[in-house]
Amino acid sequence: MKKAISVGLAAAMVLSMAACGSSDTAEPTAASDTTAAADSGEQAESSEAAEDDGMAEFIIGSTGPLTGANASYGTSVKQGEEIAIQEINEAGGVQVGDTTYKLVLNFQDDEAKEDKAVTAFNTLVDAGMNAYVGAVTTGACLAQTDLSYEANILQITPSASAEAVTENPNVFRMCFTDPLQGRMIAQYVLDNGYESVAVLWNNADEYSAGIHDAFVEALEAEDAGLLVADESFATGDVDFNTQLTVIKNSGAKLLFVPAYYGDVAYIVQQARDAGMECDFVGSDGWDGVLGQVTDPSVVEGAVFLSPFLATEESAADFVSKYEAAYGATPDQFAADGYDCVYAIKAAMEQAGSIETDALIQAMTEITVDGLTGQVSFDESGEPNKTAKFVQIVDGEYTAM
Amino acid sequence: MKKISNGTVWFRAAVIVLSYAAVTILLKGGLLNRQYTSLLVPIAVNIMLAVSLNLVTGFLGELTLGHAGFMSIGAYTGALISLNLGDTGVLPAPAAFALALVCGGLMAGVFGLIIGVPVLRLRGDYLAIVTLAFGEIIKSVINSLKITNGARGLSKIPLYSNYTNYTVVFILMVLTVLAVTNLMSSRDGRAIMAIRDNDIAAESIGIPISRYKVKAFVISAFFAGVAGVIYAHNVGLLKPGTFDYNKSIEILVIVVLGGMGSIRGSIIAAVILTVLPELLRGTDNLRMLLYAIVLIAMMIFNNSKIKEGLMMNRTFRRLGRKEA
Amino acid sequence: MLTSIMEQLMNGLRTGSIYALIALGYTMVYGIAKMINFAHGDIIMVGAYTLYIGIALLHLPVIAAMLLTAAVCSVLGVLIEKVAYKPLRKAPPLAVLITAIGMSYFLQSVALLIFSSTPIPFKSVITLESVQVGSVNISGITIVTLAVTTVIMVALTLFINKTKAGSAMRAVSEDRGAAELMGINVNRTISMTFAIGSALAAVAGILYICQYQSLRPTLGALPGIKAFVAAVLGGIGSVPGAMLGGIVLGLIESLSKAYISTELADAIVFGVLVVVLLVKPSGLLGKKTLVKV
Repeated sequence: MKKAISVGLAAAMVLSMAACGSSDTAEPTAASDTTAAADSGEQAESSEAAEDDGMAEFIIGSTGPLTGANASYGTSVKQGEEIAIQEINEAGGVQVGDTTYKLVLNFQDDEAKEDKAVTAFNTLVDAGMNAYVGAVTTGACLAQTDLSYEANILQITPSASAEAVTENPNVFRMCFTDPLQGRMIAQYVLDNGYESVAVLWNNADEYSAGIHDAFVEALEAEDAGLLVADESFATGDVDFNTQLTVIKNSGAKLLFVPAYYGDVAYIVQQARDAGMECDFVGSDGWDGVLGQVTDPSVVEGAVFLSPFLATEESAADFVSKYEAAYGATPDQFAADGYDCVYAIKAAMEQAGSIETDALIQAMTEITVDGLTGQVSFDESGEPNKTAKFVQIVDGEYTAM
Repeated sequence: MKKISNGTVWFRAAVIVLSYAAVTILLKGGLLNRQYTSLLVPIAVNIMLAVSLNLVTGFLGELTLGHAGFMSIGAYTGALISLNLGDTGVLPAPAAFALALVCGGLMAGVFGLIIGVPVLRLRGDYLAIVTLAFGEIIKSVINSLKITNGARGLSKIPLYSNYTNYTVVFILMVLTVLAVTNLMSSRDGRAIMAIRDNDIAAESIGIPISRYKVKAFVISAFFAGVAGVIYAHNVGLLKPGTFDYNKSIEILVIVVLGGMGSIRGSIIAAVILTVLPELLRGTDNLRMLLYAIVLIAMMIFNNSKIKEGLMMNRTFRRLGRKEA
Repeated sequence: MLTSIMEQLMNGLRTGSIYALIALGYTMVYGIAKMINFAHGDIIMVGAYTLYIGIALLHLPVIAAMLLTAAVCSVLGVLIEKVAYKPLRKAPPLAVLITAIGMSYFLQSVALLIFSSTPIPFKSVITLESVQVGSVNISGITIVTLAVTTVIMVALTLFINKTKAGSAMRAVSEDRGAAELMGINVNRTISMTFAIGSALAAVAGILYICQYQSLRPTLGALPGIKAFVAAVLGGIGSVPGAMLGGIVLGLIESLSKAYISTELADAIVFGVLVVVLLVKPSGLLGKKTLVKV
């Protein structure tokens, strides 16, 4: 009896796997009978939304965390992409040669985990994606770059900032790299003539570690005596008093915190509570810090790097659309996602084709006037754009 | 207890051959799309993890919450070997991978021994907490070491065990399952189960409790390490944060859902809990809730009158059949 | 140098007092129900969110919101015990432990579904000026936490040793079967233990968010585990031990962060647990118990 059951179960398992495998080829979706989508696809939400209005479809695949601790980043990128795609489609789609393409987004949740990112990416390939925007987080992105190279798909990451991401020739990046940010902050320190600097970074986070290492290196190359305290913490820490005490006693005039706004909120509040009066400078992860502190005066005067500022006039149109659609102020992740879609549009038009090789070639020839500034790409896949320093003045983000 | 009969051996062989054939047909026949193809290795890894955890939790009856820690030791050891020996051409790829597997497993086993010898003297609750603590210690040590590249982790690990080498992965998985199954039906296995059911009685009939406990713990750690090596060479990227408390709980959920002390159950549950989240992508938050409910409901059900009733029924039916 | 050591000790006291408060609840439940209530840390989280709802959303006066928090947590604690732990009274400890882990996961994921993972800022409702002693600055909230913890510790000790209900608890802790034969209502006693333990968690939750001013669904998990370490260090089941253990652990953590390595501070804290369990399993103030055969 037992054996019969287990044989049955084993058979059921195999069958169910087979069913999962074949169901995708068996069901033609709206996407599969267009010229753009060669393969049939999973019935993702995006292809359901597609209407048959005579335009060919160009599927932009994308992955990022929509659930879990990093959900806010993935959600922002997705929403930014949706706004861009809506704008482009409303304006008549993308004209490539004789064909007009309608853009379709297929966004898969990768939970910011490497193993999930692999299956999420493969799901998109199954769905017949034409170009790929992702991943949102570095680890997930690194797990995908070889896959996208193998599958020969143009990949633009909105926000994966580790240097190794763009090693393959098909991968481009919209955001700054971590080391670049570290060097820029070091330059800021030197330019403003600070005599003593402390850094407090998250040693369990590669973003923070990457910025920290480049910052320390760049600073010590100029003047080894500048850095008076180098303290770290771990993801999930909420009490920074120990490190802040060390920094306070070091007499640093400036505290650099390369971290995300959640950690930053704790740090700045506890620093002011402990009676520290030094200036603050931060990396682009600071964007959003005002929403996390109970008293905005603790971050008054703080300076951080940001590719995008929602209060700027050039972004007004995007911000109002975003707020109307999602009831939230867009952050840099949303802006990066938005710009990635426009970069793909520009590459399609430049290439006059939707073949991957032509798109990759075109990527190095285009210039996109995006929300995160005017950007062009070099052959290594890195963006050429200028960084903005943002200062918090009167509880508002202000361009410097 | 019963000897393994010839029938059982044949049956097992048939299941192994059939499932291998099924995977091969699906894969070579192009019936599996990329998404499901990329799930094959994770399924095997989860089966190995669940079966090895079952050895300690299900058969020995001790709860350990640091299984992901052993997995990470194996994963990092294996990855470092293939990065330094395989990738640089010192050893050919198959040799490097074999060495990575052996060393990864052994290293995890050695840590299992180091941790197990002092810790297994502790009583149930404390043991759970201490293994949790060790899991966290391993994570923060890996995070602070230079050789493991800290928070940035190891990347560009050669993909020796991705789906193209599914045969190797399949063999390793089968070996793990058979090793644990055979251990449990051996004299040692009976001793281990006797310790779970009543350690005082077991000791009184001359079973060296500590030795068997440590033995089960080390073997379990060894296979977790091997599973870690396969994981590393499938994803190609390792970060310390991957192997946290939640990962250990995930493995525990598989074991609990499949049934404590049931290897077959662990295998089926591992398949279900690897494939299901893919089908329900984007519902990760609900998945955590589901895990929680599985843990609570299974425990209450296992110890409830309903289950007792069902078991009684079955026993009676069996008795009835024998008499007839 | 001396000032900086003093300041670091103060920092240790600050986290230690929170650990101590959580450890009191842990030690009480463990001492009487003989189980590690993994969900204890997450009840703290529920308490924190309840206070937030009471003050920021329902605009209750502070005292009312705090009472509401304590009430919600007590009811929740009793409910958890009735639903999840009571059916397992006779089950092996392994089953109880797994259920407790499941409960902890359950509370976290429900909070995640309701409030999402984005932290919510929360302005402290306890505003007390910090005190300057020599060159060392002691924050108001630290003083409040220490005072509250001490008062609770004394009250709890008196309750357990001097009242009838307290002796019932001790009897249940000593021998459940014998207590039942003596006419003690074991179920009610255990329920009461969970109610008090969870109310303590509520107090810890209130003080926790007044100190750190931010809410997230996982806020109780790590402090919960560390408080357990503190309870073991002080001798599990011992009320003064929990307080001592909490403060010692806070000091160890702070000093190792400051003078050894921030990266290894957690490893050191958990290392303490391992060493205590191996060298002196009864902890600093715990009484030695012989396991009956």
